[in-house]
Order: sequence, then structure tokens, then C-alpha cells
Amino acid sequence: MSRQTRPQVCIATVIGKDRVGIIARLAVTFARANVNILDVDQRVMEDTFVMTMAVDVSGANVPLTTLKKRLDKVAKALDLQITLHDERIFEAMHRV
Amino acid sequence: MRISIEEVYETVRMTLDHHFDIRTVTLGMNLKDCMDRDLARFSARIAERIVQYGIRLNEAADQIEQRYGIPITNRRIAVTPVAILLEPLRRDIRTAVHIAKVMDRAARKARIDFIGGFGAMVQKGMTAADQLLMDAIPQALSATRRVCGFLNLASSAAGINMDAVARCGPMLKDLAYRSKTGVGCAKIAVFANAPEDNPFMAGAHHGIGEPDFSINVGISGPGVVRNVVAQNPDCDLTELSEVIKRTVFKITRAGELIGRQIASTMEVPFGIVDISLAPTTAAGDSVARIIEAMGVKAMGAPGTTAALALLIDAVKKGGAMASGNVGGLSGCFIPVSEDAGMIEAVQKGSLGLEKLEALTSICSVGLDMFAVPGDTDPQVISAIIADELAIGVVNQKTTGVRIIPAPGKKAGQVLHMGGLLGSAPVMDVANIASPGLLNRGGRIPAPVQSLRN
Repeated sequence: MSRQTRPQVCIATVIGKDRVGIIARLAVTFARANVNILDVDQRVMEDTFVMTMAVDVSGANVPLTTLKKRLDKVAKALDLQITLHDERIFEAMHRV
Repeated sequence: MRISIEEVYETVRMTLDHHFDIRTVTLGMNLKDCMDRDLARFSARIAERIVQYGIRLNEAADQIEQRYGIPITNRRIAVTPVAILLEPLRRDIRTAVHIAKVMDRAARKARIDFIGGFGAMVQKGMTAADQLLMDAIPQALSATRRVCGFLNLASSAAGINMDAVARCGPMLKDLAYRSKTGVGCAKIAVFANAPEDNPFMAGAHHGIGEPDFSINVGISGPGVVRNVVAQNPDCDLTELSEVIKRTVFKITRAGELIGRQIASTMEVPFGIVDISLAPTTAAGDSVARIIEAMGVKAMGAPGTTAALALLIDAVKKGGAMASGNVGGLSGCFIPVSEDAGMIEAVQKGSLGLEKLEALTSICSVGLDMFAVPGDTDPQVISAIIADELAIGVVNQKTTGVRIIPAPGKKAGQVLHMGGLLGSAPVMDVANIASPGLLNRGGRIPAPVQSLRN
């Protein structure tokens, strides 16, 4: 019987200028870390391109710190800001 | 419903641009069970506990910080008031100083920057151990870097212990001159109605009504609130209050979530969320700048008290809605040296000591982190403390004083303390001692609780 791990959902947020290859680069970064992408959303707000990616990090093969370092590298290469937060922080702040 | 992209963006912008953080996570720690008549045995026990739990606090905070992506700026420890722990030990100043040094070394080993609790509850009277602790404060706080002290000198139930207040002026001047630049005085706060679960230094201690351990959290600083006020320049004051409430609701919820997660990781009880807005000298992280963003031309100008009253009330309403565990000081901090806007207000003359005292009648913490000339009479310092505590006692709220007599400095000069403590412009004070009042001693009785008009 396989043991089911509970999903641990994090939201990756990308802020900056839209360009070719953002989703591709992030998808590769997450796939290499065995992180499943659950949902993607994007919008232009206050003249800024914003994209959120909901990902499940429960099966990640690297610690969160390593994953964040890899995202920082992507951010630097593409001139973006990328953050990663546990989904529960948004729920706590925005849901009564 | 999954969270919307707008909601995520709002929070992420807060962390990236407006200093959104968890200002402090403070572990309250009972040390009463370590008490002993043997100083060496007692010292070994408290050192072991502080180091062990201090390391665990840092590990848990690092882990939660990574997972939630919200910086946890300060991790601190508050212990049982040391005057209680002194009771069975030899009555010698060296004993108290030794304990401060043990606390300091243990905190350093655990990478904890401040450890609070070197203090006493003396609102009604002083035991021999309380007096010993007060006598030891100048040596203890000048010989250590991380130890913070507190004294509760008054309460609405007991009145003001003027014998203890009278000792504070000479004590603080001695401490200022022993510690270079007077920085030792930044590490001690004296109070009326001191809360037992306050997570903020210098006044943090683990009160006698507390369990063995508790995690108490201070929410984010004023930068986030300043930003929403600045973004709403045209709304009326009722609407502005709503905007502030909503923002404080969000940052309080974040604070409570992080606090609970750290408590559960450490397997200790969660205590309270303190919703005080605690400024730092970082640009934008200033309570004075909130008041100015509300429309007051300069912090301290007429209109400041009314604006601060609105701010503090909105903060309390938002916080109380967000969490059933709001506690600690939960007001608005207006320290002079730690807030760039306050420093500027003093330097350009819009804010003086008298207005600062008036503001403390509606905000929670009192006269905080301000410097007075080095030649200020010790009895003047005691009298400033008595005045401030009277505001707290009569209004049934916490007030405190953290005053720094700046050695060798005159009004208008600047005292640089460095780091988190910032720079304090030395404020003008009427240097008129009142020995006729202070030498009477005794206790100012507790105020009447009815006839409240």
C-alpha cells in the first residue's frame, strides 16, 4: 500500500515584465525538484505583470531553501522578482 | 476557494516593498523551578535551559520563516523576574551581577540578541531581594550586552511606589555613566501596569501568572500601515479608520499563524499576539510617518494627538477582530531614537518632551528611547518617571519610561547608539528638581475607581 503524503501547497509569485519563456523556465525548475504545479494564473496589475503558480512541495526532493535559491537564479536571469510562500499565510490574511 | 491573484499580489508587495515582517517572536520561560540556595547550581540550571530553548527557538523560527516566506526579524527570550530568583541566594550585589552575566553568556551561545527579565515588581513595596536587584542594575546592565531590565513601579490597583521611583533617577544616571554613551539605559524600562506577556524589549519578562513556556509574537512594523494610509489621501477619517482596521486585521492574522506554527514546532503553548506597531529606523518604518501621511503637517504639531488616537483605535479594532489572543502592550510605540520621523520632528522643533508626554496619554507605551542632557538632576529623572506613571495609573493603562541621560551631551546634540537602538537627539528638559516632593517618599495611593468624570 502506498503512503499518501498530505499536499503542502505553496504559491510562487512572479512580478516583473512579461517575456518569452517564464513559464517554461519555472516548469523545468519545479520538475527537477519533483514539485507538482497545480494551478497557474496571470494578470497585469498597476502596469506590472504578475503570475502566480500554486505548487505542491510535499514530494520535493530538495529542501525549501534550495528550491528558493534556484528560483532566485531564475529571477536574476529573467530580471524578475520571484517569491515562494506557504498558501496558508494568504488564507490567514485574506479569509475571515 | 483558492486564493486570488490580487490577494497574493497584495501580500507579496507588502513583503517586498513595505517591510512586512513578524517583528518579534519572544519565548517566555519560567525559571522558578531552577531556584536554589547554591549560586553555582542555580546558574548551571538557568544557563542550560536558556541555551537549549534559545537554540530551538532559532531553529523553529528559521524553519517557519522559510516555509511561509515572511521574515521573522527578532527572536528573543523573556524570563521570570530575576528579583524573585534572587530570593534564596546570598544578599550581595555580586550575586545579581553574576546572574546577569550568566544570562548574557547563555543568550550569546544560543544566538539570541536580547534576553529580558532582569527586573522586579515593586509597585507596592520592595523586598530585600528587590532592593538588591535595583542596586545591582547599573553594574549588571553595563557589564552585559544582551540582558534587558524592567521595573514595575506602579499599578492602578496599588498606586505609585514613590520610594522606588526616587531610587530610579540616581540608578539610571549611574548606569548611563558606567556604560559608554549611556546605552545601558536603552536596556531598561520602568512601568506602571506592566503586562506579564509583553514580547517587546526592554520590558519583556515572563510574569508569575504565566505557564512554563509561552510564545508571544509582535506583529509587523508601521511600514505596511503607512503605505495604505499614503495610498488613500482623499478618503475621510471614518473611511481611513476602516482602511487601517482591514490592514491590521491581515498582519495580525499573519502574526498569529506564524506564532502558532513556531509554538507547535517547539511543542510549547502559544501565548499572545501583541498588535503594537513597533518602528525601526529603516526608511518608511515609522509611526511618525503614518501620522504625517494622515495629514498632520509635522509629527508633534497640533492635531497629532487626535490623529494618533484614531490610529491606535483602528489598530486595536482590526487586531481584536483578527485574533482572540491579543495581549502584551498592544498600542502604538512612539520611541524617539528608533523612529526616523520622530528624530526629525524633535530636530526641527515640532515635537518636545511635553507633547510627547501628552501623546502617551492615548498610546500605550509611554516616554520611550529619548535622551536628556547628561547634567540632568537625578531627581528630575525620577520626577519625569513619576509623571508618566501617573498617566498610566489614573487611566488604567500601561505606561513606561526609557530615558537616557546622555553623558557629556547638551540639548540639541545627538546621541548615537548604533544598530537597532538608533540615534537620539538630546531633548530639552526643565532641569528643576523637586526634592520637597521626592524626599517625602511613601506611596501615591491607588486612584478611586468610580466618579470617573
